[in-house]
Amino acid sequence: MAVLEQGQVVPEPQVGFLVIAKRVVRNYWLLRILRALFTVWLVATLTFFLIRLMPGNPVEVYVQNLVTQQGVPYPQALQLAASLYNINLDEPLWQQYFSYMGAMVHGDMGTSIIQQGVPVMQIVLTFLPWTLFSVGLGLIISFLLGMLLGIFAAYRRESVFDHFVTNFSSLLHAIPNYIIAILILVYAGVQWHIIDITAMRGTLSPGVQPSLSLGFVKDALYHAALPIATYVITTIGGWILAMRASTESTLGEDYVTVAKARGLRERRIALAYVGRNAALPLFTQLTLSLAFAVGGSILIETIFVYQGLGLTLQNSINQRDYPVMQGILVIITAVVVFANLIADVLYGFIDPRVRVQGKE
Amino acid sequence: MAVAASAPTRALGIVGGVLVWCGTTIRIMARNKAGFIGFIIVAVMTIEAFIAPIFINFNTAADVNAIYQGPSLHHLLGTDSEGRDVFTQILVGGQDILEVGYLASAFGTFLAILLGILSAYAGGWLDTFLTWVADVFLTLPTFAIYAVIAGTVHLNSNVALAILIAVFSWAGLMRAIRSQVLSLRERDFIEAARALDLSLPHIIFKELAPNMAPYIAIHFVIGITAAMYAEVGLLLLGIVPLSGQNWGVMLNFAWTRGAIFYSGSLSYILSPMAVIVIFQLALIVWTRSLSEVFDPRLRRGA
Repeated sequence: MAVLEQGQVVPEPQVGFLVIAKRVVRNYWLLRILRALFTVWLVATLTFFLIRLMPGNPVEVYVQNLVTQQGVPYPQALQLAASLYNINLDEPLWQQYFSYMGAMVHGDMGTSIIQQGVPVMQIVLTFLPWTLFSVGLGLIISFLLGMLLGIFAAYRRESVFDHFVTNFSSLLHAIPNYIIAILILVYAGVQWHIIDITAMRGTLSPGVQPSLSLGFVKDALYHAALPIATYVITTIGGWILAMRASTESTLGEDYVTVAKARGLRERRIALAYVGRNAALPLFTQLTLSLAFAVGGSILIETIFVYQGLGLTLQNSINQRDYPVMQGILVIITAVVVFANLIADVLYGFIDPRVRVQGKE
Repeated sequence: MAVAASAPTRALGIVGGVLVWCGTTIRIMARNKAGFIGFIIVAVMTIEAFIAPIFINFNTAADVNAIYQGPSLHHLLGTDSEGRDVFTQILVGGQDILEVGYLASAFGTFLAILLGILSAYAGGWLDTFLTWVADVFLTLPTFAIYAVIAGTVHLNSNVALAILIAVFSWAGLMRAIRSQVLSLRERDFIEAARALDLSLPHIIFKELAPNMAPYIAIHFVIGITAAMYAEVGLLLLGIVPLSGQNWGVMLNFAWTRGAIFYSGSLSYILSPMAVIVIFQLALIVWTRSLSEVFDPRLRRGA
């Protein structure tokens, strides 16, 4: 305890919960991770109560069906339902909720109703990589290509290229992605016979096993080509317009004028000075785009019959396979949320100002 | 007597005022050619969609001899898988789609304004909490959530569907409004209003709102496109109960009944998609002239 000359006691720094709370609020990264976990928790809670509390909830319906249709005695039916939904129906609701959440933390999300006995986690892990692959590749291609075209359009302002690209982008931006997907099927597949749409269904051709061979990569790309094309076509317009606007405002900045005055080469200015700064605001939009694309994958995968998580979700909804629905939704949310976290970390690398602010 | 006489006069005055306001608004919008065309298309399609079902009685009887016919004078856009006229379905089928689109966007915008102003004015922990929640909602894969909720709860009315869509689509506008209120609050004219001891509702509705109006109006219009996307998507997947005739149900039938894979049914598939895209494009183009209506500073430049 430090004592001043006058004998006054310097107040001890506060310890305990308040300080920790303050540090959490000040620490940007801790706060981000907390928010990510909170989002996943929110969706998990939402689905739990959706399924347990709604009138005529699936658990009751399932028990009733077993009793009336298959003549299973009531207690046994309850037990079956409990094991399927990972829920002990005798416990009060809040206890059920905690055991459900506890199991989920350990990666246990119950078993499927339709594919009896198959754990939900196993189903999710089978299909998740394909959705990550197609959505991820589609977004990366679209983001990079869109930025490139956006810079070009901004540099060649009011040219034929610029007018064409901006108008075309606005058009693409306005068309829902499932309509683009259907148009690809109708024209490229049925009307013009450019592609064999039935052969392109699924994630791999029969007989092809996942391996690190060129044949496997080619086959995976072949089957994912249509979903990827759809993601690119529907999102690239937004990137082009955003990059064009962002580049235009960057071109007016003083440091660009200074760079020109210093006689730097045009290409160096375009890449290191204009491009890098103009791309910054786009990274924050990447977040929204990702959530949109992953959420929309259910439509695109269903239309192309691409067996990723989206199509599996659609099937489980149609078959009322609630544990699977629940599990996929939670995992999809977790994927989006953690991809956002990664995007934020990347953003910190590209924009040093964020890093400095984070340390503060 | 005097009161009775003044009531109609006052009503006439209000109607006249509204007409004058509409006239001015349309005149301002007409300055931006593309935007005005967008507005006209939106207006015509909206009026058509809500009036057509009153006058046109869609004949649901199947005609086996006229399956998937191409466009002809008798069937302007051909026929569907049961030989029914596509053009009539297009005319009648807009009501549900537009109703949900307008309602969902209106609910969402209202929520966003309410929470945005509340957040900015309350400050403190409530503000921190609300922006936090908004950030969470921004990262949710909303369409998957709609699909799961619609697959669990039976949404059999347009209003229910609109509310579901609205609940997950307020976050972006709410954050924009919050930051606008925060920055506007520091401006001189708001300080002056506060110094004059004007009430909070007055400051919010008379001083703040007009400054945020362009932003809100544009978001409302964009919100319609987003709500339509979600609604038609759910209909296409067949998750929302397929009742009645609308563009989304047509798409679902085109998908489930194999019209997509049949080369002879082109006009049936393209028709609902074309009207949806035209309406969406018109909405987006309309936003260009909307900003001029609300922002006098933009008008002189045009």
